[in-house]
Amino acid sequence: MTVLSKRDDASGFPWWMAALGFLFALMGYKIWSDDLYAQILSVVSEGVWITLYVTAIAFALATLTGLLVALAFKAPNNLVRQAARFYCEVIRGIPVLVLLFYMAFVAAPVMVSLANALLVLPREAGWIDQIEVRDFSLTWRAIIALTISYSAFLAEVFRAGLQAVDHGQIEAAKALGMSRTKVFRYITFPIAFRIILPPLGNDFIAMIKDSALVSVLGVADITQMAKMYAGGSFLFFETYSIVAMIYLALTIGLSLLLRGFERRLRVHEDR
Amino acid sequence: MAFVVELDQVSNWYGTTRVLRDVCLTVSEGERLVICGPSGAGKSTLIRTINGLERHQGGSVRVCGLPVTGHARDDDLVRSQVGMVFQQFNLFQHRTVLDNCTLAPQKVAGVAAAEAEARALDYLGRVHLLDHRNKYPRQLSGGQQQRVAIARALCMQPKVMLFDEPTSSLDPEMVAEVLEVMTDLAKEGMTMLCVTHEMSFARDIASRIVFMDGGMIVDDCAAGEFFSGTGTSQRARAFLSQIRG
Repeated sequence: MTVLSKRDDASGFPWWMAALGFLFALMGYKIWSDDLYAQILSVVSEGVWITLYVTAIAFALATLTGLLVALAFKAPNNLVRQAARFYCEVIRGIPVLVLLFYMAFVAAPVMVSLANALLVLPREAGWIDQIEVRDFSLTWRAIIALTISYSAFLAEVFRAGLQAVDHGQIEAAKALGMSRTKVFRYITFPIAFRIILPPLGNDFIAMIKDSALVSVLGVADITQMAKMYAGGSFLFFETYSIVAMIYLALTIGLSLLLRGFERRLRVHEDR
Repeated sequence: MAFVVELDQVSNWYGTTRVLRDVCLTVSEGERLVICGPSGAGKSTLIRTINGLERHQGGSVRVCGLPVTGHARDDDLVRSQVGMVFQQFNLFQHRTVLDNCTLAPQKVAGVAAAEAEARALDYLGRVHLLDHRNKYPRQLSGGQQQRVAIARALCMQPKVMLFDEPTSSLDPEMVAEVLEVMTDLAKEGMTMLCVTHEMSFARDIASRIVFMDGGMIVDDCAAGEFFSGTGTSQRARAFLSQIRG
């Protein structure tokens, strides 16, 4: 038992981090000393902004949608509850990649023709032009697909977080005369937020990685830039090593940042 | 408006179990009721029905003339005038002691920040916790937390205070400090309804004792009568002798 707990103890020297630092240093040296590596980095890093842009927007939208779906789980109306459950189960059961294709090539054309049908009057008046499917950028189709996919997962995260809030504190807030919305705003949500933050951060990091899937739609993110460069130059090892390093820098940097933030949130509340 | 609390033929079911049976109870301003009885008698349900935390299915509940109906607007109004103290304290863990006290006055009663703080400091002083105002609930002992909970309720300047077994989850040495605060409150003339097993406290401060059993009020009499055993039921006398051990 003591041996086991000693092995599980993560408070010792973080050798893994040292090893990682070594890898980064090695890569940094190669990029500094080898023009080929420097060139690959400059090409591939053009995709960093698209990766971050897609992830940030999709995650913000997914958080919002997820929260709404989580609230719909608890709605007084049974139809709303059932609809939310249906949405969640269906979306969670479909791979992100399939959802991307579905959004891009099935749902997007449908949405465009729907929009055209709804906007028939202003179009005939000559205020706007007919919307074409190609006007709907693949980047946005990818963003919407990621949003939908993650909203279902985040809804479950929110549901669990809201459920974990101590019922006594909610009752105390009610007893002080707070309305349902005030109880949610001042008590339930702030408490749930602290519970939700770690899994929310994890999902954000997961989304950075999953955003690589948008390259299948030709969206020029890190992975797509690498695919194109490697395809033309046959420098697979160099290109994909650099890509892996960029993703690692993003995800590990972010997870360290989140840990620090969580610690700050917790520190004054605990003994 | 003669009565602060008015319960008329109130009934309450949990599913098919009837917890309150046609309970009638009126409380005038300044009265100090202690509600006692064996567990499962419906004491907590009764006190929680008064501010609508428990919905009643039959009869009517009025507080200061305002009806408790189960509709959010009615009940929120009643609750803003009724202070409640829980067995588990239920302080807001993510807010400091001071914030616990100023939140509802500001957000519910619309009191300005400066006044809410002055009020909170006043009440925290009265429960002897001024020095702890910037701490978080988890940093306090149970007795201290319960005194904060009392101050928090008082900050809304309620017309009546409800106590639902306020000392039952406290270590024995902390019971006294909470009862002392409650005694001070009683002396100031606060209308109080208190579910408790602290019979010495009941003897000291209660003006009236309500004895419940099986979802009904079995006895409702002046404190002196209750403890002398005159005018009380056999059931109440048996309960009392058991408690005295």
